[in-house]
Amino acid sequence: MLDSAWLFPVIPAVSFLVILFFGKKLPFKGAEVGIASVGAMFLLACVVAAQWIDKVESAGHGSEKGLAALGHSVVAAAEGAKGGGEVEPIVHGFTWWQNGAAKFVVGTRVDGLVVMMLLVVTTISLLVHIYSTAYMHDDRRYTYYYAALSLFTASMLLLVVSANLLQLLVGWELVGLCSFMLIGHWWEEKENSNAALKAFLTTRTGDVGLMIGIIVCFFAANSFDIAKVNAYALSPGADHGLLLVAAVALMFGIMGKSGQFFLHTWLPDAMAGPTPVSALIHAATMVVAGVYLGARVYPVFFNGFSIGTSTFNMMAIVGAVTILIGAALAFVQHDIKKVLAYSTISQLGYMVMALGVGAWSAALFHLFTHAFFKACLFLGAGSISHSATHHSFDMREMGGLRKKMPVTFWTFMIATLALAGIFPFAGFWSKDEILATAGQGRYDVFVVVGLVGAVMTAAYMTRCVYLTFFGKYRGHHHPHESSPAITVPLVVLAVLSLLAGLLQAAPINVTKFEHWLEPVGGLPELVHPKFDYALATISVALASLAVGAAFFFLFKREESGAFKGLTQRSKVAHAGYTFLEKKYYLDDLYEGVIVAGIKGPIARASYWMNQNVIDGVVNAVGRGTTRAGRFTYGVLDQELVDGAVNDLGRETGSAGGGMTKLQSGQLQRYALLLLASVGLIGLAVYLVNVV
Amino acid sequence: MPINYFLILSAFLFCTGAYGVMARRNSVLVLMSIELMLNAVNLNLVAFSTHLENVSGQVFALFVITIAAAEVGIGLAIVLLIYRNLRSPDLDQVEQLKG
Repeated sequence: MLDSAWLFPVIPAVSFLVILFFGKKLPFKGAEVGIASVGAMFLLACVVAAQWIDKVESAGHGSEKGLAALGHSVVAAAEGAKGGGEVEPIVHGFTWWQNGAAKFVVGTRVDGLVVMMLLVVTTISLLVHIYSTAYMHDDRRYTYYYAALSLFTASMLLLVVSANLLQLLVGWELVGLCSFMLIGHWWEEKENSNAALKAFLTTRTGDVGLMIGIIVCFFAANSFDIAKVNAYALSPGADHGLLLVAAVALMFGIMGKSGQFFLHTWLPDAMAGPTPVSALIHAATMVVAGVYLGARVYPVFFNGFSIGTSTFNMMAIVGAVTILIGAALAFVQHDIKKVLAYSTISQLGYMVMALGVGAWSAALFHLFTHAFFKACLFLGAGSISHSATHHSFDMREMGGLRKKMPVTFWTFMIATLALAGIFPFAGFWSKDEILATAGQGRYDVFVVVGLVGAVMTAAYMTRCVYLTFFGKYRGHHHPHESSPAITVPLVVLAVLSLLAGLLQAAPINVTKFEHWLEPVGGLPELVHPKFDYALATISVALASLAVGAAFFFLFKREESGAFKGLTQRSKVAHAGYTFLEKKYYLDDLYEGVIVAGIKGPIARASYWMNQNVIDGVVNAVGRGTTRAGRFTYGVLDQELVDGAVNDLGRETGSAGGGMTKLQSGQLQRYALLLLASVGLIGLAVYLVNVV
Repeated sequence: MPINYFLILSAFLFCTGAYGVMARRNSVLVLMSIELMLNAVNLNLVAFSTHLENVSGQVFALFVITIAAAEVGIGLAIVLLIYRNLRSPDLDQVEQLKG
């Protein structure tokens, strides 16, 4: 199976075509084709993962090389779990076209990173496909929706298995297209189609940087091949200046796709799409494509940004700023999906920052765990809007859903705890890994940012959970638990959010994840941190404190009547609650203490910045582009190009008119013409040869 | 015998055939003129074959004769269809195929 990775993009692409052309005639309107193909992909991904792990393990026993854990001031973590850095990636390809000496290859590449991404993409995609059968039931473009999901899965898998940057760019743009199609799924409302356009155009802005970066890489390494680009970046003769340019340019691509400050504004608006789409594309898979790219050509960034030898660099700073900006904005949202969107931005910031501080495997581990718990949160939000609030995501219409929707509540709670980084949920392990790695380099500032981010994450998620599930129901519908098609994916994701972290639990000597992930061929020497008990304790303590404080202040605010009518029910029903629930008295942390200090002014200021300054710039650029477009249309297109084309057409037409006279339909005239022409040709040949 | 005799005869036959194809109105006669042209070519082939003492020219001639037979079969069928549709074997009336 490791050799047939080309199946991954091909099968969902076939499914896309089948659904598009025959979907409406099928008994389940195309959903069954989508689910079957993605289910097959999921099984294939499992087989590939098993074979890959087998390969790594057997190689590890063969040559006890001991992974290069040699960076500055680094102590390898658990000594036993290391080994086998010599597993070669499986690369296949054929020449697409050749231009002089430059060959353009289409191919697949399977290594630890790819296997991890294949698992994440197919798992989430399968669950979202199943979830959508209930969530999108009765949608007027149900078949079209499944076709787009299939196309998205195909594109994402194409991006993941690409062996070269050009092919990766194709996948990258295709996922952008699918994102556009799905955000604007309900395009009848202007807002939705605007959001789709904004998402598409903003990411395109970053893509310009990506293209420049790929071209610079090509001229540096003389190849689009990822392995060759990486090898070049790691070679001693690499041109540092060139790599810096490439890294900065690629960074713009990452910022656009992965919602990094200052190109993040599209991601909250992208919530206009159907919720399963938000879970799949705008939380778990497409938005991490940027992080994937960063990890894929990591040596370019490593050398270009001097990661490991400098104290700060663009990548880490962009990530750190994004963590804080995203988390601060999450406080002031009323829309539950927007809270989650800003949270996604913030968590993507963690990943990018992790790459920036040299925590390669930690960044990907966070990508891995985040995919599960964030998808779970989004699908939970979808479950609420589907069954409790009649397609509203406004948290002011929720509340008190804990009893009404127990499955949704518990899965949402688990995912929230994972997101907040509470022991022993998945997010704890991955977030801690990032902080520990940053702490062992010279990146103390970023450790602090990470901790602040963790506190804010815990606080805003507490607010979100409180407003949604606690207190009294404030909507006007009849909340009930969702159907199994919705709850089963939630449970699966909750279990994964609970357990995924244990793949890389340093204290109990498990480092399977990085052991299986890291053989990708061509990585700089990575930092492998020791498990930092102090740091872990501090981060968990801070996060718990934030949860507690947020609960307390929220409850207090409720008592003071901010939500009318909530108080009494809470007081009666919650009167004898245990320690944990009494922490609801520590309610308004961000409204009281942090509101005054941090949240109010700063969050509002950054929101204002966000809406006015950054959007202003984006809008100005948009207006400029429109004007340029109008000029191009009016003068260049209509006058020059169309003029030339029309003239050519007219001339051809009149010439053709003249020629019709020759075609008389009379057989014997044709014969005459034929003989005359042969005679003329014979004469010409005679003259040329003899005379 | 000098080969020129055969070539002159062949050229004469070919020109007669070409004239017939272009000038005759009756489609059956046009078909016969085509046969004439083919046989002129055959004559050429056989003449050169004898002259050069190489048998492949005669083999070619045999092939041409076979194919000419098939061609006449198709040609007569077409003539028959033309006659049925237009009630006339006259080729001047077959001019629907114009642009």
